Amino acid sequence: MATEAAHGAETADHGTGLVFHPMDQFMVKPLFGDGPVGWFTITNVTLWMAICVLAISALMVLGTSRRAIIPSRSQSVAELAYGFIYKMVEDVTGKDGLKYFPYIMTLFMFIVFSNFLGLIPMSFTTTSHIAVTFVLAILVFVGITVLGFVKHGAHFLGLFWVTSAPLALRPILAVIEIVSYFVRPVSHSIRLAGNIMAGHAVLKVFAGFAAIAAVSPISVVAITAIYGLEVLVAFVQAYVFTILTCVYLKDALHPAH
Amino acid sequence: MAVEPIMEEMAGVCVDSNGSAIGMPQLCVDWMPNQIVWLLITLLVIFFILSRIALPRIASVLAERQGTITNDLSAAEELKRQARDAEAAYEKALADARAEAQAIAQKTRDDIKAQLDAAIAEADARIADKTAESERALAEIRASSLENVEIVARDTAEAIVAALGQSADQAMISDAVANRMKG
Repeated sequence: MATEAAHGAETADHGTGLVFHPMDQFMVKPLFGDGPVGWFTITNVTLWMAICVLAISALMVLGTSRRAIIPSRSQSVAELAYGFIYKMVEDVTGKDGLKYFPYIMTLFMFIVFSNFLGLIPMSFTTTSHIAVTFVLAILVFVGITVLGFVKHGAHFLGLFWVTSAPLALRPILAVIEIVSYFVRPVSHSIRLAGNIMAGHAVLKVFAGFAAIAAVSPISVVAITAIYGLEVLVAFVQAYVFTILTCVYLKDALHPAH
Repeated sequence: MAVEPIMEEMAGVCVDSNGSAIGMPQLCVDWMPNQIVWLLITLLVIFFILSRIALPRIASVLAERQGTITNDLSAAEELKRQARDAEAAYEKALADARAEAQAIAQKTRDDIKAQLDAAIAEADARIADKTAESERALAEIRASSLENVEIVARDTAEAIVAALGQSADQAMISDAVANRMKG
């Protein structure tokens, strides 16, 4: 078992036993040299974010360059993405939320492209890092809190004062509301990073088992199945992140319950 | 994944001697600033690409398409209306033509009937004339034949009387014949 596993590319640890390193895929490495990872070091994060930007540009800019009335395939996809997010923002936040559509579109495109690019074997998944998703979430959180206070001033605090509840319950509800409000960026970011990380780690674990001849057929089937699931998760998590952003934006624009 | 190495990596050690990750790379503080910096740059770039180029372009394409579709639909509506008008005009023309044809047929029928009646009346008149003329001729013939019969009878009577050896009075014979003829 151990010798078989030793042939596995990343599962064997000096042939001493079946040791997986499913987390190695998430390591941030400098692309050039072996030095420490500084603020502006060009790393695999840089590479895959750049690829993400290029892919988004290819779809949204090159794909629509013909501005055809009857769209080509790439233009159809770009229009589909546009319509999908535009309708989501309009449905959830209302007409006045459409001002923030470009930012929400940016979030969605970045997450969905990062998730799908991460599904390419040997790639690096930027959205599996809590540092990335937490920045995304905290930007949303701070932006929406500021927006709420700018738009409504102190009335924005009415979000925590549930006027439809009995007066006696309101202070308790206010505490719950405030806690849940501040937990938002945490759940918002960990939901995305956790889902993506877990899926990729599970794929890697099954890939490790594939090195063992006896279980490799099961392992390959499982990898295929989980990969399919991950494709779904990649989209669903981007969708969830985006729609939650819209919901939070709605709270900022219309704080009354 | 042991828990202790995460504590260790807070000191800046995220990779073990074999080049593998210690604990979760996601929690390695050393790697976070790099990711955050590149993420912010990436988001800015994507935001500018989308908000300056892609989204206005797609919006204009969608608006243009919507306009084209609306125009085409109204044009189709207009054409449909025209077709309906044309059909109505055609139907009306057809009905008019049919009515006219009927009127002409009726008129022709009436004309023919009038001519026929006239011709029949003329023929009747002619037939009546002919009948009257014939009757007159017949009457003449009958009259002349009676006269002839009287003459023949008188002559015959005279001859018979002469044959019987007597000379007959002309007047007497005439009276006798006339009496006989009347009888």
